[in-house]
Formats: sequence, structure tokens, C-alpha cells
Amino acid sequence: MRAPAIEILGLSKSYAVGFLRKSLKPALQALTLSVEEGETFGFLGPNGAGKTTTLKLLMGIIFPTSGSARILGQDFHDPDVKKQIGFLPEQPYFYDYLSAPELLDYYAQLCGMPSEERRKKIPALLERVGLPDAGKTHLRKFSKGMLQRVGIAQAIIHDPKVVFLDEPMSGLDPLGRREIRELIQELKDQGKTVFFSTHILSDAEALCDRVAVIHKGELRGIGVVEDLQSKTAATSEVVWQGSHALASAGSLVSETHTTGEIVRAVVAAHDLDMLLEKLRQQHAQIISVTPVQGTLEDYFVSHTSETEQARA
Amino acid sequence: MNSRLAAITLNTFREAVRDRVLYNLIIFALLLVASAPLFGEISIGLEKLILVNVGLSAISLFGIIIAIFIGIGLVSKEIEKRTLYTILSRPVRRWEFITGKYLGLLMTLVVNAVFMAVGFFAALLIVTRTFTRDDAGLLVAIYFIILQFFIVTAVTLLFSSFSSPIFSAIFAFALFVIGTFAEDLRNFANLAEGLTKWLAIAAAWLVPNFSAFNVIAQVAHGEHIAGQLVLFNTLYALLYSTAAIALAVLIFERRNLK
Repeated sequence: MRAPAIEILGLSKSYAVGFLRKSLKPALQALTLSVEEGETFGFLGPNGAGKTTTLKLLMGIIFPTSGSARILGQDFHDPDVKKQIGFLPEQPYFYDYLSAPELLDYYAQLCGMPSEERRKKIPALLERVGLPDAGKTHLRKFSKGMLQRVGIAQAIIHDPKVVFLDEPMSGLDPLGRREIRELIQELKDQGKTVFFSTHILSDAEALCDRVAVIHKGELRGIGVVEDLQSKTAATSEVVWQGSHALASAGSLVSETHTTGEIVRAVVAAHDLDMLLEKLRQQHAQIISVTPVQGTLEDYFVSHTSETEQARA
Repeated sequence: MNSRLAAITLNTFREAVRDRVLYNLIIFALLLVASAPLFGEISIGLEKLILVNVGLSAISLFGIIIAIFIGIGLVSKEIEKRTLYTILSRPVRRWEFITGKYLGLLMTLVVNAVFMAVGFFAALLIVTRTFTRDDAGLLVAIYFIILQFFIVTAVTLLFSSFSSPIFSAIFAFALFVIGTFAEDLRNFANLAEGLTKWLAIAAAWLVPNFSAFNVIAQVAHGEHIAGQLVLFNTLYALLYSTAAIALAVLIFERRNLK
């Protein structure tokens, strides 16, 4: 059996806080999850949830308090593994005294790429990320969107099998976001494993095969996007003619809008049959019944706020 | 040298060059050349002595200042700006990063020193019209200044591997000043008694002995520098800086880079 591309095994990280009486504040609590090869995996959570901490742990920038991880079947601290991974940090800042080709050349050298290969690959990659005319302009003159594209380019210069992206769309305008989304889609089409953290749910919905929701350092849910959407409270929108029926059916519905005799209301899936029965009894004319699918946002909100309130 | 180490070294050098640090020093060297005839005006008969003292001291001081002020930011700037994240996510070992940064700054300082030395010798030529055999001693003095750069850079990098830039600068500069008076510290240790004696001995052995590298006064008077001192200073600088870098690596290897 093939090993998962990413296997996180009880990874946790705590920071010591306080000056004299130090106590440990958990930033990540025993995270366990795995990502298969070729999967595009969304790591969702509000700001401060522990997404960046997880990525920093996986990249060896900080060390875990406990737990471990395996990338492509090897220990995540093994330098050989790093030849197979690419990383784009959140709001990246690159050496602004370099031009885009110089920066890519530097990173390619750090990956041990021969000069001949670098010379061929860099212009092609700049073209691919939409910066064919980057030329000798220093990065300090680049816009945020251009820097993000350079960021993606540096993450994939060595053709890695697994790409980690930390909030790749954050701070970008709609056009910039679309460009980055297209680049991620390209990586996905090439069969790369993409692990990206985001709090922009529409991006995760559009790109991810599976997502995990993390909140306050704790994994709150994981699964295929469609499954998670269907796990949220399923409802239907019912439209009928005959406002008199509202008197007896009112307790079953929510979000009622009445325009003359036409009533539009939302009903929970388990109350739908009873509502339709009551409407028939009242001789109301049913115009439409439309199932309303839960969104990833509903799932996200229910797992990052309600759960929190319930626990409190 | 492995390719990652070479890449980090060259990039550190390139950063310093594009930071225009070198240009300031080239301007200094040119100013020294341009002001050379003035030495003859103000100090008849002593112009060479003054020029050698001023020129070599300036090469040393400017280099030390650059070593400390670039050195304190070498690691902290990469953490603060998060450029280190993209470096460490590659097959780069932490020791390669520290060593590459060290060698890159050292390369910058050596190039600086060479440029300034060219300016200094040009000034000397203007004042004395000719070079003598004794002037070879000046090259030895410049070599010793470069050896000091080895140590100061390594010590600064060591402090910056665990401390904030401002504290690193204070520690490194304090160590440089104490090290300049290392011989006096040793003399004091010989005179002291009890615990003070042992503390003074420990301090004298621990701080870098920069006084052994300062031969400016001797070469200014045309004195010969013994080959043995050249050998000892070379070994001392290599050992001291290697130990400081090894310690910096040891600290950096365990550091969480928040």
C-alpha cells in the first residue's frame, strides 16, 4: 500500500507564556490527519486557529512539543524529504534587492538544481505564473499579486511532489485571487499534492477534494467537501399560494416572506412532510419545494462558533 | 564547498553590495587618497607615520563597525521578514545557513578591506613617492585587520543567534573593546589575588585577544613583524571564529523561529 503524501501523527505545540510563573499555552493540540497523494487538501480555520503553526512545524521552522509527521513516507525532518516539497509562507516577503529570475535562481540552487536546468526552467516558470516580463526589476517594485506569483514560482521551481501554501489568497484583490486559484488548479491537474491553509471558504470549496477545520489548535472536523456540506442542517424552501395556511403551519417554518397571497418559507428536512400535509389540509396551492444544500461556510461556522459556545 | 553553502554565501555578499555598504567605503578610500597631500602640509617629516596610523586604524574601525552592524541583522532580519521560512523549507541544514551567512559577510569585509587598502597605498604613494621594503609590513598589518574581522563577525553572529539585534550590537562591541585591552587584562590577572585573579584569568582567556592583532604602531615605525606572530594569529583567528560559529550553530539548531 502506498504511504499517504502527508501523515500528521499527534503533532502538538505549546508555548511558554508568563514572565515569572511560566505556563504552557497550547497552539496546536495533538493534530492527527493524513493527506493522500494527488489530493488537494484545504486546512481551514479562523485567524489564530493554528494553521500557520502546523505549517511551520511541518517545514521544520519550529519544533513540536510532541508528535511527529511523515511526508511521502519519510520523517518530516529528513532533509531529503525537503527536495520533494515546496512551501509558500503567508504574506511572503522575499529578498527585495533581487529580481524575480535572481530569486528563483537562488532557491533553485538551494534545491541543488544544476545551472543548465536552472537557465532553461526559470524563464519558462516565470511565463507560467504570468510574469514573463519580470526581467531585471527588483522585487521591491512588485505589487502584492506579483509577489504572490513569484512565491508560487519559488515553491514549485524544483518540481516538488507536495506543495504547502499558507493563505495563498490572503490580501489579494479578486483578480489576483482568481490567478492564484488557477495556478493551484494547474498544480492539482498535474497530480501534485496540494495542502493549503485558508480562511476564505469559497476558495476551499472550489479547489479542495477534502478539508479539515481547525479551531483554537484543535481539529474540529475533516472530510470530503460535499459530505461536510450535507452534514450541515438540510433545509428546503417551500413556496405556496394561500397565506391563510400560515396560521396552522407557522410553527414548522422559519424565514417567512409573504407577498400578497404568495408565501415563501424555509422548513427543516424532517418537518417537510408535515408541512406539505398541513398545506394540503388548508387547501393551499404548493408552487415549489426546493432543497437548500448546506454550504461549507455553514459547516465552518457551526464548528468554530457553536461548538465553542456549547463547550463554554 | 557545497552548492547550498556557496549560494547562501554569495547571496549574503550580494545583499551587502546592493545595500550600498561597499560604495560608502569606496568613497572613504577615495577621500583618503584625495586628502593625502594634506598630511604633508600639517606634519612635516611625520606625514608617513600619521598616514599609516590614520589609514590602517580607519580600515580596521570601519570594518569592525560594518561587521557588527551587518552581523547583528544577518539572522534576525531573515526571521523578522520570514525569508528564512522559504530557506529552511528546502534541503538546507541550519548549520549551512549560519555558515553561509558568516562567509558572505566575511567576503564583504575582505572586499571592503581590499578596496580601502588600495586607497591607502595610493595615498601613501602620493605622500612618499615610492614604496620601500619596510612597507611589506603594512600588508601584514592589513592581514591582521582581516583576521580580526573573522573573529568579530563570528562573535556578532553568535550573539545574534540568541539575542535581539540591539543587545547583540552592545555585546559584540563591548567584547571588541575588552579584547583590544586583552593584554592589560592579562597583566591585571598576574597582579590580582584570590577570586579576582581567577576571574581575571578566565576573562582574559575567554575574550578574543585583539591586542595581539594590532601591529599598526610597529609597522608605522617600520618595525619587522615576526613570522611566528603571523602563524599564531592566523591559527588563533581560525580557531576562535570556528568555535564561535560552532556555538552559534548549536544554539540556532535548537531555536524555534517564531
